[in-house]
Amino acid sequence: MKPSERMKIPRHEMPEQDATERSGNFQEVNQGFEEQFACREAERCLQCKDAKCIPGCPVGVDIPAFVSAVSENDLSKAADILLADNVLPGVTGRVCPQETQCEEVCVRAKKGEPVGVGHLERFVADWAREHRKDLFEPPPATGKKVAVVGSGPAGLTCAGELAKRGHAVTVFEALHRPGGVLVYGIPEFRLPNIVVDAEVETLQRRGVEIVCDVIIGQTYTIPELLEEEGFDSIFIANGAGLPIFMNIPGESLKGVYSANEFLTRVNLMGAYRATEVDTPVIRPTRAVVVGGGNTAMDAVRTSRRLGADPATLVYRRSRAEMPARNEEIKHAEEEGVELKLLNTPIEILGDDDGWVRAVRCQRMELGEPDDSGRRRPVPIEGSEFEIPCEIFVVAIGTKANPLLTQTTPGLEVNKWGNIIIDDTGMTSIPGVFAGGDIVRGGATVILAMGDGKVASRSIHKYLMNGQA
Amino acid sequence: MFKIVSAEWLAPKVRRIVAEAPRVAAHHQPGHFIILRVRDEGERIPLTIADSDAEKGTITLVVQVVGATTELLCELEPGQAIQNIAGPMGKPTEIEDFGEAVLVGGGVGTAVIYPQAEALKKAGNKVFAVIGGRSKEYVIFEEELQAYCEEVFPCTDDGSHGYNGFVTGKLGEMLEDKSRKIGAVLMAGPVPMMRAVAEVTRPYNVPTIASLNPIMVDGTGMCGGCRVTVGGEMKFACVDGPEFDAHKVDFKELTDRLATYKEQEIFAWERLQKGHQCKLDQQEAACRASS
Repeated sequence: MKPSERMKIPRHEMPEQDATERSGNFQEVNQGFEEQFACREAERCLQCKDAKCIPGCPVGVDIPAFVSAVSENDLSKAADILLADNVLPGVTGRVCPQETQCEEVCVRAKKGEPVGVGHLERFVADWAREHRKDLFEPPPATGKKVAVVGSGPAGLTCAGELAKRGHAVTVFEALHRPGGVLVYGIPEFRLPNIVVDAEVETLQRRGVEIVCDVIIGQTYTIPELLEEEGFDSIFIANGAGLPIFMNIPGESLKGVYSANEFLTRVNLMGAYRATEVDTPVIRPTRAVVVGGGNTAMDAVRTSRRLGADPATLVYRRSRAEMPARNEEIKHAEEEGVELKLLNTPIEILGDDDGWVRAVRCQRMELGEPDDSGRRRPVPIEGSEFEIPCEIFVVAIGTKANPLLTQTTPGLEVNKWGNIIIDDTGMTSIPGVFAGGDIVRGGATVILAMGDGKVASRSIHKYLMNGQA
Repeated sequence: MFKIVSAEWLAPKVRRIVAEAPRVAAHHQPGHFIILRVRDEGERIPLTIADSDAEKGTITLVVQVVGATTELLCELEPGQAIQNIAGPMGKPTEIEDFGEAVLVGGGVGTAVIYPQAEALKKAGNKVFAVIGGRSKEYVIFEEELQAYCEEVFPCTDDGSHGYNGFVTGKLGEMLEDKSRKIGAVLMAGPVPMMRAVAEVTRPYNVPTIASLNPIMVDGTGMCGGCRVTVGGEMKFACVDGPEFDAHKVDFKELTDRLATYKEQEIFAWERLQKGHQCKLDQQEAACRASS
């Protein structure tokens, strides 16, 4: 096909579940491509020689190659190419912010719409999940043992890459189910847990051992893993950890949740299936969520699905400053979520029985830019008002979990408690590496995966040559 | 899966369960707790470890039936298994030589103070235990505690065993007794008891530590559901506790937050009872069909 013909093909939109319908269920919003649309979308790729999309991807997927295989309808080949660089394609195809990564630098984005790389990735991953149950030929064993702390995106990526190189990898997970934030945090309507389960199973078929119910820092310490349990190297990817509250009056009232708690109850514990599971969650008729990131969007859209009407998102800056993906904001609005921008909660009001009854907010205006380069929100005196609600969810970020770092002598952390690493991903303890949110202090799935990949290469070098 | 080695009723609706959990047993210290899930679809609940045997790889839990999850747990027999046990969690008890240490246990809380008794004794303390129950049959761990205590004082609300009255009454008498030099009080039990004990020791300025039991989900600091106010500051019981200075704990708030899911808990309980009735009906029908 000539480039001019490719240029004529318009981008295919992702089919979505009807907004009114989906605001009452937890099924996926995005429905995935039909095969013929996927091939057609793949034909839009110009197969650039110096493809900008590859370095645009934190795990360096050979995007033109897998897209080309899709356009040739050779999905098995496409899956091989994709899986060679990305052990969680079903996850990243759904939750990656492609618009600021591979798709942003796509040459076709210069004049029109970029190739739908994320949608194609998801298509190939879903096909592979249905059609491929590969039995991997185990690579020659190196005899080296690596412990991975945490089974979130960073840990799973690192584990998969190390297993491919013949190292014996054990992943320790604190919760009862592997996946970390992918299963406790990101809701079913964006990323079904069965997608995560399937990609975890693929890793297990590659030889990765996953042990749940083990909290490193409590069940074992890092020194114990090295000295007593016989691990030659460790990758720490235990996530962001502790939720930050607002430090305003009323945060102990019944009905106040951290986003982590609210989402964990609903996603990991399945509380939305009230008649089938034992974990409860409050089903609000009105909900207020504070925050402007993807977690805040997840929380407010979850509250909407539990029955909140209105489900209101309060954010202290304007839409332009919201860290959430545009797609998430758009989906939320379509589902009837109300955005109250340039507002901040200053007090949570309770009734006589200790339940949340309303949130008192104050209006803000944007002043001079602050350290982050975004215009600083400034309160407007006398602008206070109340929003009635039964639940109030705080989604303003997390801080580092001290459980592991406190019990690891010699492990250097910064003033926020995040682990300090060098260019190779190694911490201040030789042979101990780290990545993901415990290093970055709150980022995206794909950046965590990139860290896992970088660390896996360094760990391999360290194990084989004694230095990273 | 974590196999149950033994299970027996200690008191009405109170069961002692010994389960295989070698990793937990190897690292258990007094004050630690675990989070378990009885079954798939089950909720995660925290329980303090009452005892452990690192060699056998077992831990002991003492469970009171208070709702659906604890009922399901107490229905398990030896040979059956608990779906998940994660731990040990929380900070261990800060064990020092206080001279004389008094442990106060109410109901199943008595199981929590048991490992503390052993550790305090080993640290050189003269250990006393004041343990309460509604009546004689509800007093647990009396004999076990005697191994590490100078004296064990059972207290019953109805006077059927030991001191006639609440643990606070007995503790008050001990604090008044000038011949005693009580250096610390450590306690575990129902919130109203802990709140009352804190008020009893406050005028004497005796350091008083309470093991708190708020609602938890993950137990690793991730959810913040277990937040309690201690000395005006927000603390997470799972990682900052579960033991805190009882004189600084906002017990009213703790009581209030523990009631968050009352309605759902009743619903879950009724659903479980209905399920049980169904099973009984089916068994009966099967019996009739086969006879």
